[in-house]
Amino acid sequence: MSHQMFRVVLAALAAGVVLGHGPALAADAAKGKAAFMKYGCWQCHGIEGQGSAITSAGKVLAPDPMPLETFVAFVRSTDRAMPPYSEKVLPNEDLADMHAYLSAIPKPKDYKSIPLLRQ
Amino acid sequence: MSRKISSTKDSGPKVDRRKFLTGVAVAGAAGAMTPQAANATVAAGAATARVPSALPPTAWTVAAETGTPQKDLARIGGVAGSDFMVDVIKTLDIKYLPSNCASSFRGIHESLINYGNNKMPEFLTCTHEESGVGMGHGYFKVTGKPLMTLCHGTVGLQHASMAIYNAWCDRVPVIVVGGNDLDAAHRPPGVPTVHSAQDINALVRDFTKWDDTPVSLQHFAQSMVRAYKISMTPPYGPVAISLDAGLQQEPVKHHNGEKLYIPKYTPTSAPQGDTNAVREAARLLAGAERPVIVVDRAARTENGVRLLVQLAEALQARVVDMGARMNFPKNHHLSAGIAVVNNADVIIGMELTDFWAVVNSFIDNGDHGIGINQTKIKPETKLISINSVDLNTKANYQDFQRFQAVDVAMAADAETTLPSLIEAVKSAIQNDRKAAIAKRGEAAKKAHTEVRERTRQAAALAWDASPISTARMSMEIWGHIKDLDWSLVAQTGNVSNWPHRLWPMEKHHHWLGHSGGYGVGYGIAAAVGAALANRDLGRFSVNIQGDGDLMYAPGVMWTAAKHKIPLLTVMHNNRGYHQELMHVQRLSSFRNRVASLGGDIGPIGTSIMNPDIEYHKLAESMGWWAKGPITDPEKLGPAIREAVAVVKSGQPALLNVWTQPR
Ligand code: HEC
Repeated sequence: MSHQMFRVVLAALAAGVVLGHGPALAADAAKGKAAFMKYGCWQCHGIEGQGSAITSAGKVLAPDPMPLETFVAFVRSTDRAMPPYSEKVLPNEDLADMHAYLSAIPKPKDYKSIPLLRQ
Repeated sequence: MSRKISSTKDSGPKVDRRKFLTGVAVAGAAGAMTPQAANATVAAGAATARVPSALPPTAWTVAAETGTPQKDLARIGGVAGSDFMVDVIKTLDIKYLPSNCASSFRGIHESLINYGNNKMPEFLTCTHEESGVGMGHGYFKVTGKPLMTLCHGTVGLQHASMAIYNAWCDRVPVIVVGGNDLDAAHRPPGVPTVHSAQDINALVRDFTKWDDTPVSLQHFAQSMVRAYKISMTPPYGPVAISLDAGLQQEPVKHHNGEKLYIPKYTPTSAPQGDTNAVREAARLLAGAERPVIVVDRAARTENGVRLLVQLAEALQARVVDMGARMNFPKNHHLSAGIAVVNNADVIIGMELTDFWAVVNSFIDNGDHGIGINQTKIKPETKLISINSVDLNTKANYQDFQRFQAVDVAMAADAETTLPSLIEAVKSAIQNDRKAAIAKRGEAAKKAHTEVRERTRQAAALAWDASPISTARMSMEIWGHIKDLDWSLVAQTGNVSNWPHRLWPMEKHHHWLGHSGGYGVGYGIAAAVGAALANRDLGRFSVNIQGDGDLMYAPGVMWTAAKHKIPLLTVMHNNRGYHQELMHVQRLSSFRNRVASLGGDIGPIGTSIMNPDIEYHKLAESMGWWAKGPITDPEKLGPAIREAVAVVKSGQPALLNVWTQPR
């Protein structure tokens, strides 16, 4: 957990810096999951950000999400297969929380260690 | 209702309405009839048919000619017209008749079960007309043989119409026979009249290959054989016959001593590509640096799969299977994803639903109104098409998709054209190209292995998630069916294509394709129909079932239990109409609004929750073994094991699994 906490703090710092909020608020992974659901990110990306060959064009959000700055920039400016979310509908704090949530998702096992996938 | 009802005000001249319909003089003395309806002669022509085209007598005919004549049907004064109809149907080798009963076809219904002994075809009780057609749809894709379904001409056909549209778009033959009472002056008033129409087939004419309204028994015999023949000539498709209630119920009559006959059915051979076009296609493919084969409904049979492998191997060309059928083995090194078209210099598309979408991309980015349309291929890329559907395009419904210009177009059946194309390709390959072709194969092998690894690693993501990931669910199913002769009969509600990406599909029956028209409600009905076919072949059927799809006409589950059709149904229950859920979210974002969820997880009007539907209980109530809801991935494997054992014992089983959205 300490590793995750560390990442959450980093994310929060990034949020503060990038989004110009002054002192960074601690981003919250639990709130981030709720926001990920509320704004419909789960619909195309899967609840754990695992993605789908179809609905997220194979893009995977977690584990190891892109840096917060890039993440935010993408969500605001996407104009292709993903609909954009403006700051009006999706506040920066929620995005930082979501990023914290995605950062907290553990790495998957090596597929070779999963018998059903090894065969 | 009695036909004797007549208006007190207008008794009118008492003309036998069938005389009007058939335009024949009534000759049929009741006593002259044999039980083999009206001494029907099975022949190829009219009464004067040339002898060589006559069929040998069927067991029925022999029995009728040598056995003791059955007593006539006393009240109607002769042999029922619908008995003759049954004789006709029996020559067409139709095994089942999944139908929802209706008064407008009571005549033929009675004949089928009593006169025809409920065999060839066997009546299967359905609770919705959509289920009857859907079962026929699934059944055909396993056996290559059509089923017939009866439906009430107006309201029943209206129920059936969505499923007929699916069959049309999926190029599947189903013989739809709709009861209808044409005689406005004499049919029973009230409900039977409101359930009649001048032309019931008008409702489905835009998406059937052919239809007819026979007005005499002889006309029926011709129509039925013609309908079967048309539906079974590639491109296959549904056909409709409007069956007059009076014609079914009134006795067989002879026209000036003419005997009724049953025309012989001879299959029509499928259209083959023109020799010059085949040669030109072969020249382009043989000379290509990066040829790509794209297939959708190219393999109609197992032999189609073998032929595609031969063509691909001769060229060492990558094959993209769009998945309307199992065309090409997924574990073959030449099997590839759609991205390979981007670099192709020659693309041959076979029986593609949408050639435009193979070589172009469309991005629905709402606020531009029309979305982003971009070509994926180079301007100099040559395109070849073999598509039998070019022979059968109608105007109204837009299943023909966007127009795509190509360089060589063959209005021909791909599977039938493949042998000559393979030969032409082999002889067009110059010796100096052989090394390059072999090298292409080596590169494909490497790429195939890499994709396989990447796909498996992607499947490991969210492996332990709850709700259960679609990759995990797919692999848990696979773990329990892999040693059986299995068939994935339907898959509704998108599971990110995991079975196609992870299961080593290689046989034609390993995957039957989708609905064709994307009319929701196809899945469970087609699955039951396909499982019926697989039951008779000793195969194990598995269905991945979307929740939204199930709720259109779930009654077909009861049909499966009643008729002992073993089928493993694993639900992809993401608790919503997920496609629509994403659409509303997309629009909300484009319009700069937060989507209102109304207490659900998806936008108002798209979730199926609060309360959650207990699909396992629904299935149980209709005689299935069922379990759920399963939300813990660790519990899924053991539940599938139990369900597989139930299915192997001959029963249907359902697992209600709560899944990730896609
Ligand atoms: C309607 C479907 C949909 C929804 C809803 C959606 N996305 Fe996406 N998202 C996509 C698709 C498709 C892509 C891939 C886009 C591309 O490659 O152009 C994508 C890509 C992304 C990426 C870039 C990933 C990468 O590796 O390039 C990020 C970050 C992202 N989404 C975050 C979000 C967040 C956060 C939300 C919710 C606020 C969200 N998305 C909602 C469909 C969606």
